[in-house]
Amino acid sequence: MIPAPFDYVAAESVPHAVDLLGSLDDDAKLLAGGHSLLPMMKLRLAAPSVLIDIGRLTELIGIRAEGDELVIGAATPHATLATSDLARADAPLLAHSAALVGDPQIRHRGTIGGSLAHADPAADLPMALLALGGSVDVLGQGGTRNVAAEHFFTGFFETSLEPGELITAVRVPRRPGAAWGYQKFVRRANDWAIVGAAAIDGRIALANMGPTPLRARAAEQALADGASAAEAAELAAEGTEPGEDVHADRDYRRHLARVLTRRALEHRT
Amino acid sequence: MQVEITVNGQQRSDDVEPRLLLVHYLREVCGLRAANVGCDTTSCGACTVLMKGPGEVGGGTSVKSCTVLTVQAAGQQVTTAEGLAANGELHPVQAAFRQEHGLQCGFCTPGMVMAAVGLLAENPHPTEAEVREGLEGNFCRCTGYHNIVRAVLAAADGAAASGTAGGERAEVSA
Repeated sequence: MIPAPFDYVAAESVPHAVDLLGSLDDDAKLLAGGHSLLPMMKLRLAAPSVLIDIGRLTELIGIRAEGDELVIGAATPHATLATSDLARADAPLLAHSAALVGDPQIRHRGTIGGSLAHADPAADLPMALLALGGSVDVLGQGGTRNVAAEHFFTGFFETSLEPGELITAVRVPRRPGAAWGYQKFVRRANDWAIVGAAAIDGRIALANMGPTPLRARAAEQALADGASAAEAAELAAEGTEPGEDVHADRDYRRHLARVLTRRALEHRT
Repeated sequence: MQVEITVNGQQRSDDVEPRLLLVHYLREVCGLRAANVGCDTTSCGACTVLMKGPGEVGGGTSVKSCTVLTVQAAGQQVTTAEGLAANGELHPVQAAFRQEHGLQCGFCTPGMVMAAVGLLAENPHPTEAEVREGLEGNFCRCTGYHNIVRAVLAAADGAAASGTAGGERAEVSA
């Protein structure tokens, strides 16, 4: 499968990328690892007229501690995040989720910023970011803004990124030693979650239980009110309207959400 | 557009369309047919090659060349299965695949070997479970995984003598 023709320009810096985004056609797309975008282009589900390559901008790659936050450059590959001593110590849930994306070759190329911008509700990193209460730094011609995960994912494969904006970094709270759990139910190795659940600090996020990653708020509230993990997990699917597909119907997804949430709250991975 | 890529140690300069996938560049422009197009959807791993950027050490990391644009490989070093043997000597992973008969039909083999080379570069002494997980991006539809895993473990142990390329082929086919 061959993508539709497009023009290609390699950005020389982040400001250059923003300038290019502002000056090129509206349907210009950013390219980093390309492991969400290129498959879409090969299937002709996406046909941007121009690709702006930011994958080799070293200023977008790397992981550092900044106060009580861990800051991950948007073009940091999943493999780098998964094996980072800093990330594994300070945000083990995030490092673990990165280690479950696809397979080794995909983790060598795919990036955290790309995965979040793609906003697949079944993906690992959006759920992890929401569970952690993280945020993304977004740069556009008007300057930088920081968007909390709650406000970033707005719909099925949709985010609050405006035209002309790019993600520069991802922020999560540093929580060394915090107990966490991560559950991903798949039928095939290296697949997307049929349902996923991630829990840390009384927060619970679900994957593939709706058009965006979701908080299991009823279960969180029950936990805050003193319920056990098993009791709270019974409420994990409250208010969700998951889709149906060949893998699971709605009732089965709700069942999975309850079971996986209980396991996540029991800190199982 | 013009791209400079080092393929199997050889510097090249080629005029390519931005949409040309790396696997098609390797097969059709470079004439290197080891990397196969299997699923064409980033799943099967038959197109696996190693890519190494200018600042990176080692032999590079495994990537699926059906999901990399040739223009993304500009300035990088790309290694295919054809580039593994040196001076007529099979690479230890190739020798181990032969010794342990780590293939049946052979279609997945070039990608499997490249993924294994990448895996051993990151983890020189993997457990069997780590080999199986490390190769989860490569499908063998003959389902001959057992010998493949044994071959990678043998290569890690240094147990496979690196044979002379082609030297024992007559014996195998006889």
